Order: sequence, then C-alpha cells, then structure tokens
Amino acid sequence: MTNSSIIRISKLSKQYGNKEVLRVEEVALRRGYITGIIGPSGAGKSTLLRILNLLEPPSSGDIFYYDRKIPADKAEIMALRRKMTMVFQKSVLLEMSVYDNLAYGLRARKLPRAEIEKRVDTILETIGLSGQRKQRAKTLSGGEAQRLAFARAVVLRPEILFLDEPTANLDPANVELLERLVVQLNQDYGTTVLVVTHNLFQAQRITRETIFFCQGELVETGATEQIFTAPRCEQTDAFVRGKMIY
Amino acid sequence: MVEAVRQAVSLLFPLDGNLSQIILLTIYVSGSAVTLAALMGVPAGTWLGLQPAAKVRWLQRIIYTLMGLPPVVGGLIVYMLLSRRGFLGPLELLFTPTAMIIAQLLLTLPIVIGLTSVAVRTKGKEVVDTLLSLGAERKLLLWTIMKESRYGILGAIIAGFGRAVAEVGAVIMVGGNIEGQTRVMTTAIVLEVRKGEFAFAMALGIILLAISFAINAGLYKLQAGGRDD
Repeated sequence: MTNSSIIRISKLSKQYGNKEVLRVEEVALRRGYITGIIGPSGAGKSTLLRILNLLEPPSSGDIFYYDRKIPADKAEIMALRRKMTMVFQKSVLLEMSVYDNLAYGLRARKLPRAEIEKRVDTILETIGLSGQRKQRAKTLSGGEAQRLAFARAVVLRPEILFLDEPTANLDPANVELLERLVVQLNQDYGTTVLVVTHNLFQAQRITRETIFFCQGELVETGATEQIFTAPRCEQTDAFVRGKMIY
Repeated sequence: MVEAVRQAVSLLFPLDGNLSQIILLTIYVSGSAVTLAALMGVPAGTWLGLQPAAKVRWLQRIIYTLMGLPPVVGGLIVYMLLSRRGFLGPLELLFTPTAMIIAQLLLTLPIVIGLTSVAVRTKGKEVVDTLLSLGAERKLLLWTIMKESRYGILGAIIAGFGRAVAEVGAVIMVGGNIEGQTRVMTTAIVLEVRKGEFAFAMALGIILLAISFAINAGLYKLQAGGRDD
C-alpha cells in the first residue's frame, strides 16, 4: 500500500454461478489521478466499477478504501458511499425536474439550501441547461440527459468518481464538454476518477494511468503513455492497435 | 334499461334518505378497506419489488394466488375469525361495517401488494443503483422508489378499489345486509333482484357505476399528475 493510493484491491474475484467474470490479483488506484479502464466488451470492467462503488459485493478478496477494509457498520458504509458516486452508461433520470435531479444527492447529504442552490445554478450554467431548470428531466434529449446525469454526479464534488462509458453515443461537442468537466473536477477538487471507456483516444486525452482488462482478468496497468506506446503484454499491444482480442 | 335510468335519476334527485345512507356506507366501507390496503400494501409491495426475484419467488406466487381469492372464501375466513367461537369473536364485530372492512381488506391487500411489487420491479435495478450512488440512505431510497413508481402504485390502488366496491359475496356473509346498518350498494342490488325489482336493481347498479367512475376519475387524475392527457 502506497501513501498515494486511495483504493487498493487484493485477490478480488467475482463469480456469477460457477462462472468467474472478474479476477484481480493486486491493483491500487492513485489518489487524485484520472485512471482509465480499457478492454474488450465482457472483460469485467463495469463489474469492477459496480463492486468498487459498493453496488454489489465481490465473491472473495479485499478492497481497501483509504487504507481501511470496507466497514461493517452501516453508518460508516453510508459515509464511505457518500465520498464517491458513479455515472452509468445508461443514465437514469428521476421523475422530477432538472433542478431536483441535480439537488437530489445534495439534499441526501443535508447540505444547506443556499449551498445547494449555488452549486446547482453553477453546474446548470456549465452544462448549458439553465433554461431548463424547471423542465421535467424525462423530456430532455439524449445528449442533454447524459449531461444532466453527469452533472448530477459532479455537483456532489465526490472524492472518487466512477464513470462507466459516460460519453458513449454522444456527439463530439458533448464529449468535449464532459471531458472538460472531468478534468476540471479533478484539478479543482482533487477528485480521483476511474473511467471505463471504449474510446481509446479519450483514454489518451484525459487519463494519467490506464488499466487493461481482458476476459475478466487484469492484464496490465501503467502510465497511459506507456500502455499506448510501449505495452508490456502482447494482448495489450494488440488491443491498443485496434486488433480484436477474444 | 330506459326505465332503470329513469328510476336512477328519480332516486338521486331528490336523494332518497335510505339510498344516501347506503351510498355513504358503501364509500365508507370500500374507502376504508382500500385506504388500509394502501397503507399496508404499498410499503410491503415496495419491499417485495426490491428483493431479488429468486429470493421471493414463492412469496410472489402466493401473493398472485391471493389476488384471485374468491370473495366467498375470503368472507368465510373472516366469518370464522369473527364468529362467537372464532379467534376474534370476543370483539363482537360480526355483522358490523368493521367486519365488512376487514373482509374487503383481505381481498384488496394482495392486489395492492402484488401490483405495487410489479410496478417497483419494472422500474428496475438501475433506479436503485442510481439512488444508492447518489448517496440515498434506506428511508430516502424507499420513499423515492415509491415516488418513481407512483403511476403503477396508483394503478394498484385503483384496481384494489375496483375489487372492493364491486364485491358482494364476502360483505353479505360478514355484514348480513342489515337495513340501515350493513347494507351497501351491491348487497342492496342482490336484495332487489331477489324481490324481482329488476329496474330498481339496475338503477342502483347505474348509481354504483357512477360513484365508481367519479372516484376512479379522481384517482386517474392523481395518477396522471394532475394532467388529463
């Protein structure tokens, strides 16, 4: 365990029935880094994100957050959960207004009303939805909806942000906006970001470290530049060169 | 039919004293049963809908079966419970509106639980995951899930009300159709048919449908969030 790691995974395994879908021997996420997870579909990337976001338990192995194992106490789990959040590939907006969607997590954290309004108004401005603050979120277009889902996580100023293919199916302008938001959040608040992406250019643009997964196993991890220019494993090399791996 | 409509209008304008009592008791009994079913069934159905399907499959099947519980069987169970030698006999509730409410509650509760659980399950795990990752604690999560599923839940309550207000077998068994005390619209219709007063019975049926329509229209408006579209 290094002082700079915020999450450490040790001998982690996830099985559905008899099938092992994820196996990670040892990996640490650096505090304040944007780390990318790349790999073919079905490699276990999203499953890892869900486990790290405490949405499902691993079958075996340990995860350490801030040098500590996952606590048993419910209040401590909630406190830990509120230090992180996740943007899903398929965003789910709640049946309420754009404003209330953004304020939901802040209200759950019982922040003062003035602080909530200030943060929500600022983020609405940033994502260009100020004019739609009272509009029902379900009536937004696909791009607007994903921007809102993204902003709903960013407005919480989490210590750890998990992103599961957050820009899939978005146009270049929206992709640029969301990437800018991630980098800004990382720089302004030191947020550690773990982003699953199929967009290799995006991984190179915004991440400092990259983890490569294949068939449920962590194959290689390292600085993004090294992974894309001088990978140590043949599988990684084939993947970053655009060759399919199964 | 024309005669039935004419009689229905003449019964309503001016409103007959006995009829108004029957109408009020019908609304009181069915309204109370459905309110209690909603208070118990919505949280129970929400809990059920949030459980993994494999974990609660037998419970779900039992609830679905009870949704089709024959009213006379439900009435018989309540009758046995409330009769002098029954478990709740000392309360002396048999042949009272309270007994009728209990019988209708027994019939509507599985409907509200079953349909609420379906509404919540349909919303899917994605909503729960989203709420958890936004930092919602258990109470807030359950409340939000109920709000998110409100259209389906109101549908469950509407279906429960439909079952209650149309029910006759159980209420006649445990209520006894006593004039001025436990006579409701459906039992009054049965009585009029037995007397051969078909037009009058049909008139009562039309009034019952009108009451049901008015209440369902209100619930529908609530379900549509105040919109009529």
